[in-house]
Amino acid sequence: MKFTTNWLKDHLKTSKTEVQIIDKLNNNGLEVEKVEPLKNELGDFIIAKIVKAEKHPNADRLKLCHVDVGKKELVKVVCGGPNAKDNLLTIYAPPGSVIPKNNMKLEVSKIRGETSYGMLCSESELNLSNESEGIIELNQSYKTKIGKSYFKNNLENVIELSITPNRPDCLGIRGIARDLSASGVGKLIDNKNIKIKKKFKQSLKVKIEKNSNQACKIFGSCLIKNIKNQESPKWLKERILSLGLRPISAVVDVTNYVMFDLNRPLHAYDLDKINKEIIVRNSKKGESFKALDNKEYKLDDGMCVISDHDGVLGLGGIIGGTRSGTELNTKNILLESAYFDPEITRKTAKKLELNSDAKFRFERGIDPNSISMGLEKASEMILKICGGEVSKSDIQSIKKIEIRKIPFDPNLASKTIGIQIKTQEIIKILENLGFKIKNKGKVLSVEVPSWRPDIYGQIDLVEEIIRIKGFDKIDSIEPEKKRLKPTLNFFQRHFHLAQRSVASKGYLETITWSFTDEKINNNFRENVEEVKIVNPISSDLNVLRSSLYPNLIYYLKKNIDRGFENQSLFEIGPSFTGRKSGQQITIICGIRKEDLIDVFAIKTDLIQTLFELGINKNETFVDTNTPGYYHPGRSGSIITKKNQKLLAYFGEIHPKIINKTYGFEIFLENLVEYKSQNKTTKPTITFSDYQKSDRDFAFVVNKDFKAQELIEIISNVDNSLIKNVKIFDVYEGENIPSDKKSIALKVTIQSDFKTLNEHDLNQISKKIISSVEEKASAKLRS
Amino acid sequence: MSDFEKLKENFKNKLDQAKNSKEVDTIRSEIFSKDGFINSEFKKIGTLPEKDKKQIATKINSAKQELTKLFNTKALNLEDAEIDERVKKEKEDVTLPEKDFRVGKIHPVSQVIDEISSIFSEIGFSVEEGPDVESEYYNFTALNTPENHPAKDMHDTFYIEENMKTLLRTHTSPVQVRTMLKGKPPFKIIAPGRTYRSDSDQTHTPMFHQLEGLHIDENITMGHLKGCLNYFVKEFFEVEKIKMRFRPSHFPFTEPSAEVDIGYRIEKNKIIIGEGDKWLEILGCGMVHPNVLKNSKINSNKYQGFAFGIGIDRLAMLKYGINDLRSFFECDYRWLNYYGFDPLDVPTNYRGLSK
Repeated sequence: MKFTTNWLKDHLKTSKTEVQIIDKLNNNGLEVEKVEPLKNELGDFIIAKIVKAEKHPNADRLKLCHVDVGKKELVKVVCGGPNAKDNLLTIYAPPGSVIPKNNMKLEVSKIRGETSYGMLCSESELNLSNESEGIIELNQSYKTKIGKSYFKNNLENVIELSITPNRPDCLGIRGIARDLSASGVGKLIDNKNIKIKKKFKQSLKVKIEKNSNQACKIFGSCLIKNIKNQESPKWLKERILSLGLRPISAVVDVTNYVMFDLNRPLHAYDLDKINKEIIVRNSKKGESFKALDNKEYKLDDGMCVISDHDGVLGLGGIIGGTRSGTELNTKNILLESAYFDPEITRKTAKKLELNSDAKFRFERGIDPNSISMGLEKASEMILKICGGEVSKSDIQSIKKIEIRKIPFDPNLASKTIGIQIKTQEIIKILENLGFKIKNKGKVLSVEVPSWRPDIYGQIDLVEEIIRIKGFDKIDSIEPEKKRLKPTLNFFQRHFHLAQRSVASKGYLETITWSFTDEKINNNFRENVEEVKIVNPISSDLNVLRSSLYPNLIYYLKKNIDRGFENQSLFEIGPSFTGRKSGQQITIICGIRKEDLIDVFAIKTDLIQTLFELGINKNETFVDTNTPGYYHPGRSGSIITKKNQKLLAYFGEIHPKIINKTYGFEIFLENLVEYKSQNKTTKPTITFSDYQKSDRDFAFVVNKDFKAQELIEIISNVDNSLIKNVKIFDVYEGENIPSDKKSIALKVTIQSDFKTLNEHDLNQISKKIISSVEEKASAKLRS
Repeated sequence: MSDFEKLKENFKNKLDQAKNSKEVDTIRSEIFSKDGFINSEFKKIGTLPEKDKKQIATKINSAKQELTKLFNTKALNLEDAEIDERVKKEKEDVTLPEKDFRVGKIHPVSQVIDEISSIFSEIGFSVEEGPDVESEYYNFTALNTPENHPAKDMHDTFYIEENMKTLLRTHTSPVQVRTMLKGKPPFKIIAPGRTYRSDSDQTHTPMFHQLEGLHIDENITMGHLKGCLNYFVKEFFEVEKIKMRFRPSHFPFTEPSAEVDIGYRIEKNKIIIGEGDKWLEILGCGMVHPNVLKNSKINSNKYQGFAFGIGIDRLAMLKYGINDLRSFFECDYRWLNYYGFDPLDVPTNYRGLSK
């Protein structure tokens, strides 16, 4: 919503400065988005000097001028003026400017093979006189002003407001003035009684059909005959320009003017183009019409149209049609001032993807009581500019205008806001905003003005009161430093710890989109449901991710392209397992690309992270089943011995997806669930100070025999004596059968009660060997 | 002087002149070994008359002690001298570069979430969460935003279902309703998380982060709201005083609603928060609308309170001088390294938010 202070002063008597007004607007909740001088159309025309005028190489009558327009470089302009010559001071119109005479917008163009950047102007082209023979010649006094605008630019500021959707009343300047006056900025000027002679009856029949969901509740109209439509006078043109619109003709400009002045959309029809009568009805599927934006619209069932016997004239409350549009030669008009239902209007416009200033207003709610006022004000202005005679108004209506009354307990204001506000003050604020207070007892009966469709309940009134009183009047209450509940719950604590745990192992945390490319996602989706976005931002971000890998790998590759070969990235966030709300899990996913690392590097990072999250290595085992996006021979999953919960995957990413890259995924919900079901307090630990002994063994086992099992077998020989089993070598090759491998390990043996002697140690060694040979079909390597 | 004394003095001289530990070791065995000086002297005692035995033994013992002491001192001195000698030779060019250390980093958004959580923790808020995929009901309807209302235009929604009933949440506000439905008042929560709008340009990304706040109890007023946000902003920007402005605004789920601006100025191309004559919008807030309370099964005659929504990414940009929102999600190795935080740098109440 744009306006100027001068226009505002048509409605508001005030001595406040523009700066004070802007401040107040912000404090009232009418946010000032921008304040800038009105862009002057004529400001584009610049004082320039022809430095050199050469003959056009391909045309006798044209010249190729090198023009100084106040910039570093000269501009090349092709000019037909016979008086163009070296050192001539004249007026230059750059590309993009609009020539007043013919409303032509200049473009960079080739004229007979020479590119021309703009134009040098004649007086007639700028509407200064009828002189069109040659280009303007300025006297030497302009010599110092080269590059400056020729027309003076002393226009006022345009203030642009961002009006929240609940305040349609402030989509008109009068509404803004009313709000300002209520907050003490000045006095709202009463509407003048308009006295125009209405010489005849409105003779065109108007009928609102009683369709179900009829959007049009009231249709007011009048005829104005024998007008001379023309260009608007300068003052009106300037106001239209200040709104950011283009002046078109007096009739159209007046309807626009009233829409922005009173927030009262109007529409003018060429009366002579209407066949017989106006019928306001629901459209039938397949009907179409050409709208004033020059587009053809095909309508559905049930859209509100204004029609005559030949079909659709316009979409009610949204846009008019070209068939009945007014032109400069229009003699007789029908002026429409109606009320359309916000919700139905919005639905129709949305379906047709149509936007207009009228639609913007109707969908937010227009004052149904402004119908006559709109007709009168517009008629008066048209008569003044275009002459003619106006008819009496005809008002058809299918619904009575409701007056909303709210019983209001004034104490609610203090209770909500936290400061005492006297009932007297409350009444004054509300009355200044146009509310009528009927019963001034304990509970007020508040009548809502017809221009405030947003006010429904008591709390809406509280907002009005504090908005006008000012938020700065509220006393701030220091927060209490008291904690009722722990800040983070069990899961959140693990989230927080996991994030920092992985980062502490050299991984850079990233945040990537929750959506990804369907094609990449399919590599990682396994048999999880695909969740497509109906309206994705782009076709390569069209599904919710089923894994964190797709995006991480995408950005890893981007960083490789940037020249970083070695990197470790991770992300902690949602992965989606279905399209229903809540079908998501939290994954911590790390990827690592580095020269000279193998699967055990990533396994170390993972096992240590799990340990930091409270999962001991001996609570889990490694399984070799992993999803297809891992290298089948170089990946594993970590599963709890109890309850068989999957905690994590790790391994080399399948080389078909990316080369030599390792990754892990931790499933945080599973981990936290396991932990909460298996909460253990750390047992008291005792340390043995008796002599400890190491014994080395090498066993030859089958090639696919898992080291994990070997350790398990040995540990179980005597849990109290065997303190540690550490594999230090795995060997295949010479001296070992081709289907076997040798595993060398060091067993640490220590008693908590005595120093073991040679005999004890030999006993336990023998047990180890026999157990392993038996359970692992192994042979001790000699 | 007896022979014994002479021998002892002789050893003392020898020891004194010894030049290295090897020489000392030779002398040591001459004196203390099985057949050394001390032991041979002790052996001689057996041949002596009974009356002299005790006296001689005492003499030998004290000589032994004296020599032991001398040896220890000598050994220590020699060792020191040898270390001195070795250290002189050991010389590295310590200006050579150190070995690489693999450092990880925490994303600024995560860090800022931790900072905010730490601040609100101090005044009794706990953290709640909600799903990224939401129903239209929780995202709009329950929040007093009816279908076909222009307020919906402010949210460019990503839909998961053609019928528009399932969507990616456009704000963290649905967590308000979810939290209230599963518990009993009072409520004092914050809810950080990912939010989505189909918008992508200089200053908008299709995914961004919000933090919801909700405080519902008996008699919670706009005064509490002001105090809470004032406290938060001051703590977050780590300044003593902050210029703040509450400007009336409109959100369907709060009433009265306000937007909060903070004062700032630009100095040498840097933004100084908290003072100056320019205003910057940082959050939206208001008193929870009675309809939202009703939809959350809360008696609005008894309970009332406030809610607020903060753009986390924007706060991170302001506090840490990051210019481009889009860079948060581009995962540029250099950016992550430069703007990321050390994982040990955990914002806490007692240490303070930032290093």
